[in-house]
Amino acid sequence: MVAYIVRRVIGAVLLLAITTMVTFGIFFLVPRLAGQTTDQIAAQYVGRDPSPEEITLTKRRLGLDDPLVVQYGRFVKGLVAGTDYSYGPNTEFCPPPCFGYSFKYQRAVWPDLVDRFPVTLSLAVGAAAIWLVAGVAIGVLSALRKGTVFDRAAMITALAGVSLPIFFTGLLTLAFIRPEGVVFVPFTENPPAWAGNLLLPWVTLAFLFAAGYARLTRATMLETVGEDYIRTARAKGLPERTVIGKHALRATMTPTLTMFGLDLGLLLGGAVLTESTYSLPGLGKYAVDAIRQNDLPQILGVTTLAAFFIVVANLVVDLLYAVVDPRVRLG
Amino acid sequence: MSDPLLSVTGLRKHFPITKGLLRRQVGAVKAVDGVDFDVARGETLGLVGESGCGKTTTGRLLIRLLDPTGGTIVFDGRDITRLPQRRMRPLRRDIQMIFQDPYSSLNPRHTVGAIVGAPFRIQGIETEHGVKRAVQEILELVGLSPEHYNRYPHEFSGGQRQRIGIARTLALRPKLIIADEPVSALDVSIQAQVVNLLEDLQNELDLTYVVIAHDLSVVRHISERVAVMYLGKIVELADRRSLYETPMHPYTVALMSAVPVPDPARRRQRDRIRLAGDVPSPLNPPAACRFHTRCWKAREVCRQEEPPLAELAPGHRVACHFPENAPAAAPSRGDSDRQVSDQRSEAPAGGGGGPAATS
Amino acid sequence: MTVEITRPDAPDAFVAVRDLRVHFPTEDGLVRSVDGLSFRLDRGRTLGIVGESGSGKSVTSLAVLGLHNRRTARISGEIWLDGEELVAAPPERVRALRGKKMAMIFQDPLSSMHPYYTVGAQIVEAYRIHNDVSRKVARKHAIEMLGRVGIPQPARRVDDYPHQFSGGMRQRAMIAMALSCDPELLIADEPTTALDVTVQAQILDLIRDLQRDFDTAVIVITHDLGVVAELADDVLVMYAGRAVEYGGADDLFERPEHPYAWGLLGSMPRLDREPAERLLPIRGTPPSLINVPPGCAFHPRCAYCELTGGLSTTEVPPLTETAGGHLVACHLAPEKRREIWENDVRPTLESR
Ligand SMILES: Nc1ncnc2c1ncn2[C@@H]1O[C@H](COP(=O)(O)OP(=O)(O)OP(=O)(O)O)[C@@H](O)[C@H]1O
Ligand SMILES: Nc1ncnc2c1ncn2[C@@H]1O[C@H](COP(=O)(O)OP(=O)(O)O)[C@@H](O)[C@H]1O
Ligand code: SF4
Ligand code: SF4
Ligand SMILES: [Mg+2]
Ligand SMILES: [Mg+2]
Repeated sequence: MVAYIVRRVIGAVLLLAITTMVTFGIFFLVPRLAGQTTDQIAAQYVGRDPSPEEITLTKRRLGLDDPLVVQYGRFVKGLVAGTDYSYGPNTEFCPPPCFGYSFKYQRAVWPDLVDRFPVTLSLAVGAAAIWLVAGVAIGVLSALRKGTVFDRAAMITALAGVSLPIFFTGLLTLAFIRPEGVVFVPFTENPPAWAGNLLLPWVTLAFLFAAGYARLTRATMLETVGEDYIRTARAKGLPERTVIGKHALRATMTPTLTMFGLDLGLLLGGAVLTESTYSLPGLGKYAVDAIRQNDLPQILGVTTLAAFFIVVANLVVDLLYAVVDPRVRLG
Repeated sequence: MSDPLLSVTGLRKHFPITKGLLRRQVGAVKAVDGVDFDVARGETLGLVGESGCGKTTTGRLLIRLLDPTGGTIVFDGRDITRLPQRRMRPLRRDIQMIFQDPYSSLNPRHTVGAIVGAPFRIQGIETEHGVKRAVQEILELVGLSPEHYNRYPHEFSGGQRQRIGIARTLALRPKLIIADEPVSALDVSIQAQVVNLLEDLQNELDLTYVVIAHDLSVVRHISERVAVMYLGKIVELADRRSLYETPMHPYTVALMSAVPVPDPARRRQRDRIRLAGDVPSPLNPPAACRFHTRCWKAREVCRQEEPPLAELAPGHRVACHFPENAPAAAPSRGDSDRQVSDQRSEAPAGGGGGPAATS
Repeated sequence: MTVEITRPDAPDAFVAVRDLRVHFPTEDGLVRSVDGLSFRLDRGRTLGIVGESGSGKSVTSLAVLGLHNRRTARISGEIWLDGEELVAAPPERVRALRGKKMAMIFQDPLSSMHPYYTVGAQIVEAYRIHNDVSRKVARKHAIEMLGRVGIPQPARRVDDYPHQFSGGMRQRAMIAMALSCDPELLIADEPTTALDVTVQAQILDLIRDLQRDFDTAVIVITHDLGVVAELADDVLVMYAGRAVEYGGADDLFERPEHPYAWGLLGSMPRLDREPAERLLPIRGTPPSLINVPPGCAFHPRCAYCELTGGLSTTEVPPLTETAGGHLVACHLAPEKRREIWENDVRPTLESR
């Protein structure tokens, strides 16, 4: 077990290192390979219509003429130990983890990310909880009532769920259910208001995913109830609800976890769309705004954070595997 | 046996077990660990043993589906142990394998004609009246109808599928057929049909068989000589009569005593040998005599010295320090002691090859 | 012993199955898996059910335990357990009996245990459904049962998962689970088919010992006549969903009367006889249960079909008594059958 955890954690750390390299590469290496000069790159840091002096200054400040390795080292050092940024006459220390410094707004990126992170996290966790519970429940019921009207209706709804775009369902619910819109109230301040406001975005986002889980659970469940150990459970005289609710359901958890791990990336994408649709001040909206403003440090920061999030969440999923399946734990 | 068709010496196959990020080797499954036997032309050698003792692995080594870790395989006078796959190709005509599972070993999307005719096409053999005629002749030979040519495997019963599998191996008139559990997936009444078919084909086509099975009665029925395997080694090898009438290795004795006999009168009067426990893992086989953990005759020497596979009666080889049913002329303890030490002094020279020789 | 299985009023039998039919409607047609099966079994005795794969053995045992899905299986007939009829009983009643009064062990012990729960937890669960005891008491009982079936160091192994057990130990654990509530009827469906011979011998010994100690009625289902001879007092031979022969083990192995039973004996190589030159297989293959041959289902494969003057191909032979408790379903006259066995079949079987 310990060996398994250690292996997974080491794997995750390596993955994080690679992730930073790739993100960094995308923003600094790829443009160069695509033929952009350092001037052009620097120009993106300054804002619209930059003067040549500003560009030269920025270039020096960012060390864009240094070898890439050095730049990458600086990037990593910023993440771990913080770094200094100078603009005009001032020098500002960007404390760790330094995800970059927006020259346009003259502030470090990280505090902004920290500000917005709770919104996205609330959205993701709530939606995931809803879609897991709803998806698994619908899947189980469909499997048990295979071929009935309920089963067919559920599967058609599920199909609608995957095919309807978020902004469509989102705008629809906004127009008809909550025309006054939603605001973000931090959980720590007022939990009921937090949930009340987020309910609609949660359901909208969950609707997109629940379908997949319902279908997966239905398929696994149908397969599982044919397993020998389910027959054994019945032969012991267990009531049907224990057979299904305990023995069969436990077996559907592994594929559900697998799918969940795969969906984490998509979840962030879904969160971006949901936040935009409901104008929630989360990371998704932040990313969209950053892209619109062409603010490279902000984009880099939010991308790195998203990558971190996915890697860490996948680590958690891997560890959950070991909890669920003793064969993983005990080899 | 002057000129054996197949001659195997010191055959070994170790599957490495790796662990950790770096896939460091931490041990090896010694699936086959030093096996010697010869197969004469036209005879049937049976290979019996419990699950996991290395029968299938041996079979796969013989047709070079697996690469041996050590030892030599000489087929028809040629050393094929290290032949590259490309040079094995022509030899595949001569050595064929029948598989255990008649359901999964046939491609469901190919017709019977395509399956049985495939060897002709792969090997690029010209046939006198075309492939179809040749295939239909083979189908008749194995008791199927030529009309089955265009049908698909799923339309056939288990026994018929096994016949298709046999037909496929016969297409190229092989000299040697390795049959891995050819009847164990079949019903008793069908088993008998396939066993009889294998015997008829042997007579008609002059085939040599190595039959792998876990069922001692089936093996006795079709083999002339029988090798008993335990944990990757042959513990006893003899002609069928002396093996079944005077088994010498305690494991063989226990194995035979464990087979249930369809005679209710027997259960009341049989004095049986019951082995305790299961077969140990081939990952860490017991030292010296591998059977000592379950053997009721085991003594200190069994845990210290590996008994060699010695010929205790004409044509009857046994690897045990204290054999049962040993003829009076069999070597005394002193003799076998000597043999053991001989064996040990030779070991470093002869037995290399395995990556994990110690356990 | 007198067997009156064809009579519908065998009041004293512990288990009595009468005219059991289990049919499955499928897309290809109606599968008649069990089609008019009757047998009885007393406490402390063992019934062996033999037959080739697909002859309806497992379907029969699942029917006794009430484990068929009522939506996909059509079940008729009567199953009496200790004076209680089960086919018409409410499912909840049958469930309460399952695991307590009747228990079952299956062919493949690995797939028959839940991979995510420890062996101990699975036994504890079985015990606690039917006994109102604390977890602690149940666990003690589980350890005791594991020790009883010969698992070494049961107190330590009780927390292992099934995959950490060897094949033989898994089947022992299954037996411990089945016997945890001290059932009066134990059904073992191919309990040793997945095991090695040396382990099979251990498990057969164990079943025999436990039966003696617990005075259980046992139904052992197998395709191996050797296993039947080891365990069974009475034997039921099934073919295509019906009983073709039924009697004491000695009757069946010494004086078999059905041509199918002769065929089975001739098909198997035996260690206790001189090796035969050739086996005597039954020709053809077992029938599909969707298109069971009319008349005697065995007639396309039977060498004596002609001797019945066409009756075999048109009429289903009833299972009738030939001598003290020995029942056979064949149109041949009993004297004729005995004559064929003594003069024809037995000599070839013993001389080959
Ligand atoms: N590719 C492989 N990698 C690792 N171990 C292997 C591999 N193939 C076989 N083994 C191991 O080698 C041993 C011998 O296997 P083999 O298949 O030869 O047994 P067998 O005698 O044919 O058994 P059975 O009667 O169950 O078919 C077993 O312990 C098996 O688990
Ligand atoms: N749920 C089911 N639906 C349709 N056919 C079934 C079902 N269960 C079993 N059968 C069929 O019933 C027949 C008898 O099966 P079974 O009792 O399992 O045979 P065995 O004698 O080998 O135990 C087989 O032909 C099998 O395919
Ligand atoms: S050498 Fe010893 S342990 Fe091995 S089989 Fe012979 S008596 Fe038993
Ligand atoms: S009834 Fe006829 S076909 Fe059936 S077993 Fe008897 S003789 Fe054979
Ligand atoms: Mg094998
Ligand atoms: Mg079955």
